[in-house]
Amino acid sequence: MPSIKSLDDLKKIREEALKKQQLKETSGKTEVVVGMGTVGIAAGARETLKAILDMIESEDLSDIIVRQTGNIGLDSFEPIVQVNLTGESKVTYGKVSPEIARRIMKEHVMGGEIVTEYQIEG
Amino acid sequence: MKATRSMILVSSDQESMDRGALEVFETLQKQLVTFGLEEEISISMVDDISKRGASPLILVYPDAVIYGPVTPADVPFIVEEHLYKGRVVESKQISPYDLSGRVAWLSSRKGTLPAEHRIVLKNVGLIDPEKIDEYIINEGYEALGKILREMSPQETITTLKNSGLRGRGGAGFPTGLKWQFVAGAKGDKKYVICNADESEPGTFKDRLVLEGDPHAIIEAMMIAAYAVGADEGYVYIRGEYGLAISRMGKAIEQAREYGLLGENIFGTDFSFDLHIHAGAGAYICGEETALIESIEGNRGEPRPRPPYPTTAGLWQKPTLVNNVETLANIPAIVRNGPEWYKSIGTHSSPGTKVYTILGNVNVTGLIEVPMGITLREVISIYAKGMKDGGSFKLAQTGGSSGSIIPASLQDTPMDFDSFSKAGVSLGSGALLIANEETCVVDLAKVLLNFFRNESCGKCNPCRIGNQRSFEILTNISEGVGTLQDLKDLQMLSDQLYELSNCGLGQTAGSPLKDILAHFKAEVEAHIKLKVCPAGVCPMSGHRTY
Ligand SMILES: Cc1cc2nc3c(=O)[nH]c(=O)nc-3n(C[C@H](O)[C@H](O)[C@H](O)COP(=O)(O)O)c2cc1C
Repeated sequence: MPSIKSLDDLKKIREEALKKQQLKETSGKTEVVVGMGTVGIAAGARETLKAILDMIESEDLSDIIVRQTGNIGLDSFEPIVQVNLTGESKVTYGKVSPEIARRIMKEHVMGGEIVTEYQIEG
Repeated sequence: MKATRSMILVSSDQESMDRGALEVFETLQKQLVTFGLEEEISISMVDDISKRGASPLILVYPDAVIYGPVTPADVPFIVEEHLYKGRVVESKQISPYDLSGRVAWLSSRKGTLPAEHRIVLKNVGLIDPEKIDEYIINEGYEALGKILREMSPQETITTLKNSGLRGRGGAGFPTGLKWQFVAGAKGDKKYVICNADESEPGTFKDRLVLEGDPHAIIEAMMIAAYAVGADEGYVYIRGEYGLAISRMGKAIEQAREYGLLGENIFGTDFSFDLHIHAGAGAYICGEETALIESIEGNRGEPRPRPPYPTTAGLWQKPTLVNNVETLANIPAIVRNGPEWYKSIGTHSSPGTKVYTILGNVNVTGLIEVPMGITLREVISIYAKGMKDGGSFKLAQTGGSSGSIIPASLQDTPMDFDSFSKAGVSLGSGALLIANEETCVVDLAKVLLNFFRNESCGKCNPCRIGNQRSFEILTNISEGVGTLQDLKDLQMLSDQLYELSNCGLGQTAGSPLKDILAHFKAEVEAHIKLKVCPAGVCPMSGHRTY
């Protein structure tokens, strides 16, 4: 790992990381983000995440990036899942059980149709 | 209170009333019905806004538009144009400048409502907290690089002072000033401590930052260390926060790998090392001197002060203790400058405040909003109204330093000074919102039960005062209280405040003071009529104490 000794070093690392991120964004890959704070995990985010990963495996989906993040503050709606399809704005879903996660994967990620029943304002 | 998309306030100070504010209010009510908006828009009268010669005023939220002077004849047009069609009626609009009361701070927030303003939580819920690169992409460690390479320690402190940042750990102490004390203290070794004990009931704001953006805390602690001349730090995290501890651990490791923690940071001669200390679940260990004792391996009991930690803290060395939320503001202040920070919030309390919302509301969770927002706004805009159409009775602001806030204060700007003027406190940033089914005796009993259990027992006023207050409240809740009990509660509240050694006891009596000041009739009903108006207390007639 490179060591950061100046503001220029920091800038370089930032630019490289940014490039990697943009590469991901323009690669046509879909991003599925699961909120993994304490509240999310207590509400079942691990099971939700597992359902998403299982779905990717069983349906043999490629080009999907699954990420975790902290709690966005909407505790009453945990577990929270966000879907970023390339070229579209981010969609936030609330109270995502494993079953709902499978529906979101099928209908939204694979089929391109937002599952509006579980959509919340992000 | 229902969830509404917009809210109208009509001024009801004496001048406004003389000039027909009531008719304006009534016409507004009728017009809203005419346009079918009565479900979407709420109206209330408030007496702390005014402008000479322009009364009555009406304020439209969240647009932050002010009209005045408004006559009943103006109302239909304003309702149709602004509220129905969404166009501001410029001919009637007045500038928010030189208005008095809450209108003045309202102007500074134009356009920031109803959206939240995220500084502390900027990255939380967006980045992967276990990847340092994602923090760096979002301007991470830039502020540290900037001060190490371009600013002197004193310039860093001055920046903080100019920003007006005040501590978010409960007391609202000016952060820059505290840094100045530590910088000026004599010592061959100095420490920086992040207080992440967060054991105030109902509070979980700090946890979100630790779990969602741990690098922000590391960066802020290093900025602080450089400014005050420290080279070692501790993050004191509440033991129950397992995920926070592990994420902070990972973050420290990653920062070390990049050379951002360790020796000669950014190629300068500044060095810093950071440790995590997990607490063991005692509330008192959030108090800074008890926290320091706990790190030293002693029983978590507060020290007498002075000396303050700023001169003799950890291992008797000058020590800076700051709260997580306080620290999380710092990288942004360094990056964007103090003027930027001061433009947010209110004059005496710049910046934002993170609140955890819980209780009888439709949406619970966490928000970060500019200082100076009101409880009414929190409930109607962010919490989307009271649950099941209940009405708002009171809010409890959390922690030993919190208050019980009656509905009559729901239009008071929430900032350090406005709240202290009203005799209440922001506490730890929890907002427990309660409806009319909450009994104030029961609420105070729950709080005092917590304090009597958490009192460390070192000083008598706190150990005995909390126990005795709890006993009296229990008697009242069982229907065996006497009028003498009310006098005793008042006295205990005063003595806790005056005689206790630390903040725990000093503020533990505030629920007693608050319910006697704002809900005396309800407490008296338990004693004189032997009924609990909210139907919560057991009222068994049996005496336990
Ligand atoms: C009983 C008690 C508990 C406290 N608990 C906390 C806590 O959990 N977190 C915190 O930051 N401050 C807590 N404080 C306040 C600290 O003593 C101290 O004022 C604070 O950490 C200073 O940080 P600030 O200047 O950034 O606000 C507590 C105080 C008392 C009296």
